[in-house]
Amino acid sequence: MGFQPIKFYQTGTFTVGNRLLPPEQRSVQADMQRSNALNSGHRACQGCGEALGARYAIDAAMRATGNQLIAVNATGCLEVFSTPYPETSWQLPWIHSLFGNAAAVATGVAAANKIRAQKEGQAESQTRVIAQGGDGGTTDIGFGCLSGMFERNDDVLYICYDNQAYMNTGVQRSSATPPAARTATTMPVGPEPGNVFGQGKNVPLIAMAHGIPYVATATVADLRDLEYKVKKAMGMRGARYIHIFVPCPLGWGSASHDTIKLARLAKETGLFPVFEAEYGEVTNVSKIRQKMAVEEYLRPQRRFAHLFGKSPKLDVIARFQHIADQNIYKFGLLGEDKATVGYYGVESV
Amino acid sequence: MNKPFAITLNVGSSLANKTGTWRTYRPEYIKRLPPCNNACPAGENTQGWLYHAESGDYETAWRTLTADNPMPAVMGRVCYHPCEGACNRGKLDSAVGINSVERFLGDEAIKQGWKFAKPAQESGKRILIVGSGPSGMSAAYQLRRLGHTVVVFDAAPYAGGMMRFGIPKYRLPREVLDAEVQRILDMGVELRLNTKVTDILKTMKDEKFDAAFLAVGAHIAKRTAIPAAESARILDAVSVLRNMEGEDKPMLGRRVVVYGGGNTAIDVARTAKRLGAEEAIIVYRRTRDKMPAHDFEVEEALQEGVMMRWLSTIKQVGDGGAIQVEKMELDEQGRPVPTGEFETLEADSVVLALGQDVDLGLLDGVPDLTFEDGVVQVGENMMTGYSGIFAGGDMVPSERTVTVGVGHGKRAARHIDAWLRGTVYQPAPKGELANFEKLNPWYYTDADKTVRPMLDIIRRQSSFDEVQGGLDENNALFEARRCLSCGNCFECDNCYGVCPDNAVIKLGAGKGFEFNYEYCKGCGICVAECPCGAIKMVAEEN
Amino acid sequence: MLKQIEGSHAVAEAVALCRPEVICAYPISPQTHIVEGLGEMVKSGEIKQCEFLNVESEFAAMSVAIGSSAAGARTYTATASQGLLFMVEAVYNASGLGLPIVMTVANRAIGAPINIWNDHSDSMSQRDCGWIQIFAETNQEAADLHIQAFKLAEELSLPVMVCMDGFILTHAYERVDIPTQAQVDAFLPPYSPRQVLDPANPVSIGAMVGPEAFSEVRYLAHAKQMQALELIPKISREFQEIFGRESGGLVRPYMLDDAETVVVALGSVLGTIKDTIDEMRADGISIGVLGINSFRPFPISAVRRALSHAKRIVVLEKSLAVGIGGIVATDVRLALDGLDQRIYTVVAGLGGRNITRGSLHRVFRMAMHDQLEPLHFLDLDWGVVNRELDRERTTRRSGPIAENILRDVGTASRQSV
Repeated sequence: MGFQPIKFYQTGTFTVGNRLLPPEQRSVQADMQRSNALNSGHRACQGCGEALGARYAIDAAMRATGNQLIAVNATGCLEVFSTPYPETSWQLPWIHSLFGNAAAVATGVAAANKIRAQKEGQAESQTRVIAQGGDGGTTDIGFGCLSGMFERNDDVLYICYDNQAYMNTGVQRSSATPPAARTATTMPVGPEPGNVFGQGKNVPLIAMAHGIPYVATATVADLRDLEYKVKKAMGMRGARYIHIFVPCPLGWGSASHDTIKLARLAKETGLFPVFEAEYGEVTNVSKIRQKMAVEEYLRPQRRFAHLFGKSPKLDVIARFQHIADQNIYKFGLLGEDKATVGYYGVESV
Repeated sequence: MNKPFAITLNVGSSLANKTGTWRTYRPEYIKRLPPCNNACPAGENTQGWLYHAESGDYETAWRTLTADNPMPAVMGRVCYHPCEGACNRGKLDSAVGINSVERFLGDEAIKQGWKFAKPAQESGKRILIVGSGPSGMSAAYQLRRLGHTVVVFDAAPYAGGMMRFGIPKYRLPREVLDAEVQRILDMGVELRLNTKVTDILKTMKDEKFDAAFLAVGAHIAKRTAIPAAESARILDAVSVLRNMEGEDKPMLGRRVVVYGGGNTAIDVARTAKRLGAEEAIIVYRRTRDKMPAHDFEVEEALQEGVMMRWLSTIKQVGDGGAIQVEKMELDEQGRPVPTGEFETLEADSVVLALGQDVDLGLLDGVPDLTFEDGVVQVGENMMTGYSGIFAGGDMVPSERTVTVGVGHGKRAARHIDAWLRGTVYQPAPKGELANFEKLNPWYYTDADKTVRPMLDIIRRQSSFDEVQGGLDENNALFEARRCLSCGNCFECDNCYGVCPDNAVIKLGAGKGFEFNYEYCKGCGICVAECPCGAIKMVAEEN
Repeated sequence: MLKQIEGSHAVAEAVALCRPEVICAYPISPQTHIVEGLGEMVKSGEIKQCEFLNVESEFAAMSVAIGSSAAGARTYTATASQGLLFMVEAVYNASGLGLPIVMTVANRAIGAPINIWNDHSDSMSQRDCGWIQIFAETNQEAADLHIQAFKLAEELSLPVMVCMDGFILTHAYERVDIPTQAQVDAFLPPYSPRQVLDPANPVSIGAMVGPEAFSEVRYLAHAKQMQALELIPKISREFQEIFGRESGGLVRPYMLDDAETVVVALGSVLGTIKDTIDEMRADGISIGVLGINSFRPFPISAVRRALSHAKRIVVLEKSLAVGIGGIVATDVRLALDGLDQRIYTVVAGLGGRNITRGSLHRVFRMAMHDQLEPLHFLDLDWGVVNRELDRERTTRRSGPIAENILRDVGTASRQSV
C-alpha cells in the first residue's frame, strides 16, 4: 500500500469514508461536494465497474487539479453510455474522437494547453489532461498511440479501465482477456474451451518498459489506493499510466452486486497484482490481505462456468493458480521482501 | 457557446435520463437488531451507545446506555456480558470488550458527576418498590423518569441487595455501587432502609401506593442434609458474604472447604483466601466444564490459589473438621454417580454454596398468586396474579444475574406505567437479527481486543482491592471503535461511494443517507458492500 | 519578399507566418520538407509559442491535431499518399467534429504498387471526407492558399486540405513572394474557436448521435461546405486587397470567352495546359482551360457558368476511379447536367508520368475532332497492357502485374536497342 493506512478507526482504510476521520483524511468519494464527474443518468449496465472506476478516478483527478481537467475518451462502453445525444453525463470538458487514438488526442490537448499557458506567461499549464479507454482501446487498437504518447513523455495521464474484453461490441476477446474465459470469439467449445493460455499482453509492464515517470495498477475494490494513485499521478508531469481493474457483470456473467467483490478477489488471489512503478522500477506493492484460492474468483463468473460443473477442470484451475502464485512470487504480494519485477516474464489475468 | 448541433452537448444533461425505471429491486436502508442488543438481558442498545463512544462523546454514550440501564459502573464489573458472547466480532478476531467500555463510561460518569435528569412532570402516582437490588433500583429509576413517585423499601441497613450482599467487593467496590444508587436516589426516589415489608397489601394500603414492584431477591441459603458432628463448623455462603459487609468479618479458619460449583462458591473461596485462609478448596460433584460458575471466574480463583476437587461430594463432616468426600464419576449421560471411593479432607470450616431461596413471606395472604419452585409466577408484563403487584429479579422464574434483574426492573416499570394509565405497553417489535452473514467483514480493520489490566497476584490473595482494572480513555476509545455496528449504519460512506450511478444522497454528518430512486438501477452493490448489513434489497412491486 | 525557394519551404514559411500553435509531423515523401522546415523553425525559435510534435504515425498526427484543435490551438500537419490513407479515420473525425485543422497534402500516388510520385489519387480518395479541398497551381499559390486556408477553416469550423502536387511543386525551386508577418497578421486574426475544451465552460464534444439526428448533422456539414462557396471567393478578394495578388477562389478561367473546347484540370498541370493552349490559340484554335481551385466544395454553378458556352469539355485528371473512370469528370458532368456537350475524360500523369505538351496537343486535337473516346488514358502503353491481359487469359499463375510490366518494358527497351 503506497499510502499511510489508517488504523483503529473501526473500518480504517477500507471503507469509502469514516465519520471518525478528520475530513482531510477521508476519500474524495466520501465528500458531499465530490465532482461526480460522471453523473447520474448514464446508461451503463447495472453494477458497471467501469462507470464506478471512471467516477472514482476522474473525481480524484478533479480534486487534485482543482477542477482544471480535460478528459479524452476512446470509443467504447464508457463513451457510449455516457454521451448518447442529447445527453451527456460528464461534468468536465470531455472529447471523444476515435477508438484507437485517445492517447494521441490527449497529447494534442496537452500541447494546446502548454502553448496557451506560455501565451499567458505561465511556466506550465495548470489545466491537465486525462485520456481514458477500455482494454480494447488501450491494449489493442489504441496501443500504437499509447506507446507513442509514452515514448514522447507527453504530459498525459492515461487510464485504462480493464474489463478484459470488448464489451461494447458484445464481449469479444481482447489482448487483455484472461485464458479460458468465454467470449463471443473464444467460445467454450472444442478441446481447449475459452480463450487460450499463453497469449495476451501486460500493458502496465510494457508501460514501465518505456521508462515513464509513473505506472500503477488499481482496482475498484480499493478506493483509497486508487485515489492515492490518481492524486500522485496528477502531481507529476510527463506520461503516466494507471490500469484499473473493473469487473463487467454483463461480459463476465457475474451478479451486478458482485462487481467490487470480484475486483477484491482478483487482487486477493494474486491474479491481478496491484502495484506502482516509477521510471520503470516497481516502488510499491499492495500486499494480499486475505489470501484466496483462484476458485473463489473464478466460480462466480459464468465466463468460467465451463471450468466447474459436474466434472471440474482441475488442471485448468491449477494453471490459473500457477499464474496467481507466479504473480505472488514475482511481485512479493505476500511477504515483506521487495518485489523484483522487470518488464518481462509476468503473466497477468 | 454556439456549439455544433448534436455532436457537442451541455454538461449535466444526462440527468434527464431517469435510470431508476430499470430497477426490479430497490435498496432500502434498514436497522437490523445487533446480536449484542439482542443478547442483553437489560435490553441495552449496546451498538447505539458504542456508536457515540466511538467518536469520544462519552456523555451521549452514557446517556444512551442509561436509558436502559442506570448502573453502568456496576454492570461493567459484574455483568457476565452475554453481549460479548453474541458479538459478531468474535468471528473475526475477538468480541468487542463491550463490558469494559461500559465500565469505562460508568466510571467516567462518576468521575464527571453526570446526573440523571429529574422528570419534567409529576404523574401523582405512588409506587412501592420492595428491595433495593438491581431489579428494584432499575424499576425505581425507570418509574421515576416517567414522573412517578417512587419509594423503595429494603430490610437491609444498606442499599444494593445482592449487589452488596452477594458480590465480594474485590469484584465490585462499594463506592461504585453507592455512587450509582445515590444517583438514582438523587432523582427524587425515596429509600427506606431497615424496613422489612411483611404484608404487602397492608403496606400499599397504609401509604396509598397505586402499584408495587417486588424484588426482594433470594437471600435464603439452600441447605442439604450432611451428617455433621456437633463441633463441625458449617456455614452458608449467603451468610458469609453478607457478614463481609458488617463490622465482624466471618471466622473461617486456615482451611476452608466450599461445597458447590456456582459463582457464589467461587466468590466464597476467593473471599476466604483474602481473609487469610491458607487453603480454600472447592468441592464439586461434577467436572470443571460442568460448573455453573463462569470459567473466567474459575480461572481467576485458580490463579489466586483456590483449589478444586471436581467429581467429589461431601458425605459427612466429622469432629475436628475431618470431611469425608466420596469420589464420583460421570455416567454416559454426564450425570455424576458415586464410586464408593472415599477420602478425607481437613477443614476448619465448611461453607455450603448450594443456591438460594426466596423469602416470600410478604406475599402471605395476597390472593390469586401462583408459586412454583419457590418463586412467584408473573406474566409477560411482570405482573403477579394480583392486579397492581408486579415482581421481578430473583423472586420470579429466571436466570439470577444482576443484568437480568435490571432488565426485569425496566420491563416492569414500563408495564406499571401503562397499567397505571389503563393502557397496555407494547414493546417495539424486534428487528431482523444482524447476524454475521449479513455483514461484509472485509471492511473492518484487524484489531485485537484490548485486555484489561489485572491486579497483581499477591494483592489479589491478600486484599479486597478490585481485581480487574478498567480501560483508560485511549484504549476504551479503541475498544469502542472495534464495534462492527452490526445492522446499523455508522456512516462509513460505502454506499455513497460504491454506487456506479451516484444514486445515493449523503445527507451530512449524523443524518445518514437516502437513495435517489430516480437514478438507482438496483444493482445491489451498496447492499453487498455495506459493512454492517444496514441495507436490504426489496422487490419492486410494479 | 521575393525568394528563390523550394515549394515545400515556401509553404513552411507561409504556415509559420500564420502563427501555428501545434504542428504534428510524421515523415512521408513528398511532404517531408515542409515539416522539416517547420520543425527547424520551431526549434530555432523562429516560430514562437508553438509545439512541434514528432508523432509515431499519420493516424497519430491527425489525432494529435484533433486534440490540439479542440483545445483551441491553431493546428497544422502535412501528409501524402499512404499517410493520408493511414489517417483516414481521423480525417473524417476531424471534419465531423468541425475542427479547423489545416493540412497540406503533397499529392502522390497510392500503392500497390508502391509509387512515390505525383498524382491525385490520395486526396481524391478523401473527396467525401468532409474537408475542404483546395488545389494549388503554383508554389506561389500553394503558399498563399495556406494563409487563406487557416482563415477559411477557422471561420467555418471545418478542416481544410491544401493539395499541391508532390515533387512537381514541393521540390521545385521557384521564385515565390513570401509575405510579411504584418500582412499575414492583418489578414488572419488569432484563432477564436467555435467550441473549445475549457474547464471554465465544460462541454462534451463527440457525442454518439443516432438515427434521430444523424441526417441533420450530415446535412449541416454539407450546408457548411455550401457556405464555403461564398466564403472562398470572399477570402480570395480580401487576400488580394492585402497582398496585392490574385490567389485562390473557386475556379480559374483561362481563354474561355469564345472557346469551343474547354479543358478542365486541377493543380500544377494547369501550367502545361496553359502553355499548350497558348500554342494552339496561336494556331487559331478556339480552346481554353478552367482550373478548379476548390474541389470540395465543388463549385457547380461556377463550373456551369464557365463551361456552358463550350461545345466540348476535356476533363484531364491525375486520378482514376477504377471501374468507372474520371472522378473530377463525374462532378463536371453533374455541373453540366442537361447541356448538350461532349465531355471527355483524360486520365493522365498517374504515378508521376510526365504530361508533355506534345501529348496534350495530340489529345486536345483528337477531342476537337471528336475523335477521342469518352475515357482516354494519356500515353498508355497498349503493348504492355495487352501482353499482360493475354498472359492472364492463358496462365492461371501469371505473376504480379507490376513486375511483369517492368520486365516487358525492359524487354522492349532491349529489343529497341
